[in-house]
Amino acid sequence: MADSVEDSITVSVWRGGARGGDFQDFQVPQQPSQTILDVITWIQRHLDASLSYRFACRVGMCGSCAMMVNGIPRWTCRTHVNKVMVDNRLTIEPLRNLPVIKDLACDMGEFFEKWRQAEGHFQGSSSRDETVAAISPKSSQRQAANAAIECINCAICYASCDVVTWNRDYLGPAALNRAWSLQNDQRDCARDERLKVVASDAGCHQCHSQQGCSTYCPNELNPTASIAGLKRMSVHWFMDQKNRQRHG
Amino acid sequence: MKAHRKQPLYFAFLLHRLSGLGMAFFLPFHFYVLGLALEGNAALDRFLHWSELPLVKFAEFGLVFLLALHFFGGLRLLALENLPWSKRQKNYAAVALAAAFFVACGYLLRAI
Repeated sequence: MADSVEDSITVSVWRGGARGGDFQDFQVPQQPSQTILDVITWIQRHLDASLSYRFACRVGMCGSCAMMVNGIPRWTCRTHVNKVMVDNRLTIEPLRNLPVIKDLACDMGEFFEKWRQAEGHFQGSSSRDETVAAISPKSSQRQAANAAIECINCAICYASCDVVTWNRDYLGPAALNRAWSLQNDQRDCARDERLKVVASDAGCHQCHSQQGCSTYCPNELNPTASIAGLKRMSVHWFMDQKNRQRHG
Repeated sequence: MKAHRKQPLYFAFLLHRLSGLGMAFFLPFHFYVLGLALEGNAALDRFLHWSELPLVKFAEFGLVFLLALHFFGGLRLLALENLPWSKRQKNYAAVALAAAFFVACGYLLRAI
């Protein structure tokens, strides 16, 4: 337990469900190298076993423990308390833009559904009997795909995006970032179909380039750059279509 | 303002949006003044005389600032969306703001 009040953190944790809720304060002892996830786990194990939250790997690999910490979406397993705490206080809420299941756990269903809507899966045309496609690591397409590929699906970008808040149909930064990496995969055979989806009303052209996704992505990916790439790609595709129509 | 919005490029978005809205609200007034010219010299001259007041000059500075801000901010967005990606997005937003202020100050110095 904490030796004194100065050694403890006042943690306001959002409690509730889909119908609403409120903040509940807890006093948690400070520890060296303590993460936000450590704080929440301590509350659940020592103060209130009914607190619901989600985590798995605890090392920044799985993307399941993201929450709002002092109003900013963060991966809680890799966020150190002493870097984000203000006046020995922390406020922890479930991720924005996603429906709450209970307390700090949100329903990621719509996030992954949009990933699927953006054709976020690889579609190849060759079988296992054919030779493996040779992709040069130096090619510009491979490098563009590389820059976007390390997404862990934590939904931090989705929570930081105001366009998602304003337009519930918007596919969001993660799904579009995934689409961009596949659009740059020379083996993928569904690039035209995917481009039609990501250039639709709910797609890349909705992005206002506020760049919260790039600012808060814990893996330092840049979904805004990916979305800008999709915008350019869709404009080129549109111009090509027009040219083809004009010249037969 | 919510904490996740407190980052420079959100402010750049906000300035671009607000400057656009500000000019949209100004446009009916602008057309009204142009319409005065159709009514005759006297009405337009009365307005032009009124526009010589220092407070109006300062308001015009604000208007030019909004116009320049929206113009340079728009160029920034066109570059962002149509040119190869640059990591200097915050620098470009700062340059757009500085250029708008420079243009508006230049206007004010000529107007007073």
